[in-house]
Amino acid sequence: MATNGIGAAVRRREDYRFLTGGGTYTDDIDRPGQVYAAFVRSPHAHARIKGVDKASALKVKGVVAVLTGADVAADKIGGLPCGWLIHSKDGSPMKEPPHPILAADRVRYVGDALAVVIADSLAAAKDGAQALKVDYQPLPAVASIAAAERAGAQTVHDDVPGNQCYDWHLGDKAAVDAAFAKAAHVTKLDIVNNRLIPNAMEPRAAIGEFDRATDSYTLYTTTQNPHVIRLLMCAFVLQLPESKVRVVAPDVGGGFGSKIFHYAEEAVLTWAAKKIGKPIKWTSDRAEAFLTDAHGRDHVTKAELALDKSGKFLAMRVATKANMGAYLSTFASSVPTYLYATLLAGQYTTPVIYAEVKSVFTNTTPVDAYRGAGRPEATYVVERLVEMAARELKIDPAEIRRRNFITQFPYQTPVALAYDTGNYEATLGEALKVADYAGYAKRRDASKAKGKLRGVGFACYIEACGIAPSAVAGALGARAGLYETATVRFHPTGTVTVLTGSHAHGQGHETTFAQVVAEKLGVAYEAVEIVHGDTGRIPFGMGTYGSRSLAVGGTALAKACDKIVAKGKKVAAHLLEAAETDIEFKNGKFSVAGTDKGVGIGEVAFACYVPHKFPIDKVEPGLEESAFYDPANFTFPAGSYICEVEVDADTGTVEIQSFVACDDFGNIVNPLIVEGQVHGGLTQGIGQALTEGCVYAADGQLLSGSFMDYAMPRADHVPSYKVSTKVTPCTHNALGVKGCGEAGAIGAPAALMNAITDALAPLGVRDFQMPATPLRVWQAIQAARGSKLAAD
Amino acid sequence: MTITVNLTVNGQKVTRQVEARTLLVQLLREHLDLTGTHVGCDTSQCGACVVQVDGVSAKACTLLAAQCEGANVLTIEGLAKDGKLHPMQEAFREHHGLQCGFCTPGMVMSALDIVRRHPSPDEATIRKELEGNLCRCTGYHNIVKAVAAGAKAMRG
Repeated sequence: MATNGIGAAVRRREDYRFLTGGGTYTDDIDRPGQVYAAFVRSPHAHARIKGVDKASALKVKGVVAVLTGADVAADKIGGLPCGWLIHSKDGSPMKEPPHPILAADRVRYVGDALAVVIADSLAAAKDGAQALKVDYQPLPAVASIAAAERAGAQTVHDDVPGNQCYDWHLGDKAAVDAAFAKAAHVTKLDIVNNRLIPNAMEPRAAIGEFDRATDSYTLYTTTQNPHVIRLLMCAFVLQLPESKVRVVAPDVGGGFGSKIFHYAEEAVLTWAAKKIGKPIKWTSDRAEAFLTDAHGRDHVTKAELALDKSGKFLAMRVATKANMGAYLSTFASSVPTYLYATLLAGQYTTPVIYAEVKSVFTNTTPVDAYRGAGRPEATYVVERLVEMAARELKIDPAEIRRRNFITQFPYQTPVALAYDTGNYEATLGEALKVADYAGYAKRRDASKAKGKLRGVGFACYIEACGIAPSAVAGALGARAGLYETATVRFHPTGTVTVLTGSHAHGQGHETTFAQVVAEKLGVAYEAVEIVHGDTGRIPFGMGTYGSRSLAVGGTALAKACDKIVAKGKKVAAHLLEAAETDIEFKNGKFSVAGTDKGVGIGEVAFACYVPHKFPIDKVEPGLEESAFYDPANFTFPAGSYICEVEVDADTGTVEIQSFVACDDFGNIVNPLIVEGQVHGGLTQGIGQALTEGCVYAADGQLLSGSFMDYAMPRADHVPSYKVSTKVTPCTHNALGVKGCGEAGAIGAPAALMNAITDALAPLGVRDFQMPATPLRVWQAIQAARGSKLAAD
Repeated sequence: MTITVNLTVNGQKVTRQVEARTLLVQLLREHLDLTGTHVGCDTSQCGACVVQVDGVSAKACTLLAAQCEGANVLTIEGLAKDGKLHPMQEAFREHHGLQCGFCTPGMVMSALDIVRRHPSPDEATIRKELEGNLCRCTGYHNIVKAVAAGAKAMRG
């Protein structure tokens, strides 16, 4: 291994600029002549727009223009598209109601934008937005899945009866029903996977700009995938040639899924920039972010697991209802279907599984992918069921998992996925050791002695990352390819510029991708520059989500490096006057096999650009190669998490005593960065289980609309983690990597809730819903005491 | 209404005419081009905007520029000297105490204030003292390590 190559804990090169205030986030950019936008957003969850009085805003000093949904409609601007078509059980396509970039006649959630006010200062834009008179006729709102499904409920979209977007299923229902009929034991759980608000620390922002001289546009935006935004905005919304549009995602302050999607503001600013003739900047404030960034999760599920007497899983049956919010966001439809039900096998040999998923529209913010996207919801179902079954059958929770682990690979699950590799016993065994599971009883007794209830909980999760072979995704309804691209450009003097279609917004690609290239090409790590986030510089890309950057983008990079080496061999053969087949490449040097004759890759690069002695009849000058990599399969990271908590039964307070994570991400490029990803994921997962919950009032008003109402996990909510890894290399990509970005958020909620419910079990508490705030814990205890009293 | 504010920022005396309602963070970002100080919320909860005012940490989103008349303000841009990171910045780099970097300037400035009040902070103290700063990326684990290491380096 080179000092800064694959496997080294290289300190990040990004950090100097971030630590000195030198980052360039979208809001840090000012364009010459720039004006400012403020969006006018509905204060009602549902209302008809009877009129908009533009003059009321135009008379505010500094206001340059007011554009409304009527202007959008007049210019025949398209709606925001959804990228995944789901078909219902009966074969009918999902309902895709129009999603205008500014509402013209009806607003459907609090925060739905209907106009934009543009002014020569931000303050004037905000004053103008406040002054704009809108005549609303409020309509009844449905703010929850239950309200949307009620007979005779108000419809969010007139052409979507019953508010149902789709009624989808996966698996063999008859086989599952038969297995349940014969089961010795059935464990049942009602689960609410609480709705979350992503809250990347950098609020969304964008600048739209039009250049009259070249008739072209530039959009600076806080996105995880600039090429995808360009594609969607050009093809579906503004109908512009992609060749005339550049999308730049500079430093982006966290995404977690919420910055994947094509948002209305991006299209509005691009469209308006040409109308106004000036660059237009918009920066969301946090209140706006709470209302308009796509939310996550929000499932209601009935789950059942059938077992035989020995605790062997026979079948699983899951019925889930998913909230889509008011409109379909970019990937909303795929999250509760192909990113969820396909994961219900978990790490286990459950032979038959049936899942049905109904999704509904409500008068709430659109819901889409948030760190894990479907997989945390699946893991929560599986791992809560498994742990509950262990308790009911009085089998040790580690033991019941072992009895059901998949041990032979490749393994075809009954829910469509084919796991290529894994070693679940290895991660569980390591986690048990690190957690000192053998000493748990002693710690439980010690907690009891000081008046606390101690509990331990497990989660053995699996995820499917690096989505996916494009053809497979396409067959399942994806409306995009899911490959990644890379270009490796040698410069004449030996430094290397790498253009990647992946995008980093905290993950550290500038470091890890340089490590990969340094290792593959045998050049100095410092000589490799990684460029991302600009459609003007990078040929194409699908961006970063679903833990795909290294597994897909990194593999594209490895392929491009291989092409460089292949070309280099031809040039080296000429320089060394040897046959190409005799040329070997190792550690940056081309050499003639069995001799000490060799030439460095830097010299080869120079020869490619100064081709004096060069095989010009066979090889073109220059040394630059591009690769597209379309993955052969998903990757399947997996791991085991063990959490111990202490609960104060008098106050309902939960304190995490220890959290152990042992993950298998395949090969690891930079262990420091991998650990950091796990820490962050765990904290988001713990946030979901312990503190975070999005709350809407019945009338559709968001009650948890600020950091004072929505409890983000803070430093003193979480412990220092004990993380480790085991490695089974991915079998189908060149680097043997699987992805590590989401694991923590996928496994943590189940481990924590299993621990809390274990602690409370002696009081008669069976289960309750996340987040386990002191109030909820205390209420669960009181309810159990109440039923116990009644029973006595 | 515009007012004149005179203050020292990162050792430089500055004078600016600003609207009276201008916040310190707006003065720094929009008038002085010091965009290292970030705005992550609108309720003084996230701490991305923490700077030092007269040696004490303050949320720059919650102070009017006018309140800083005559004050000595230190921002993240003023910490490194001649390209060499301050020991606390170096500790964040060494311990991977940052990912997306957005909360980082506020975290580092808060860390300095923690060390000012607790020269040898233990983990529990660091976690409690960081309650005014939100990070969505790191899970705090490496920030806590970095603050402890930075404090140690600053003790020499």
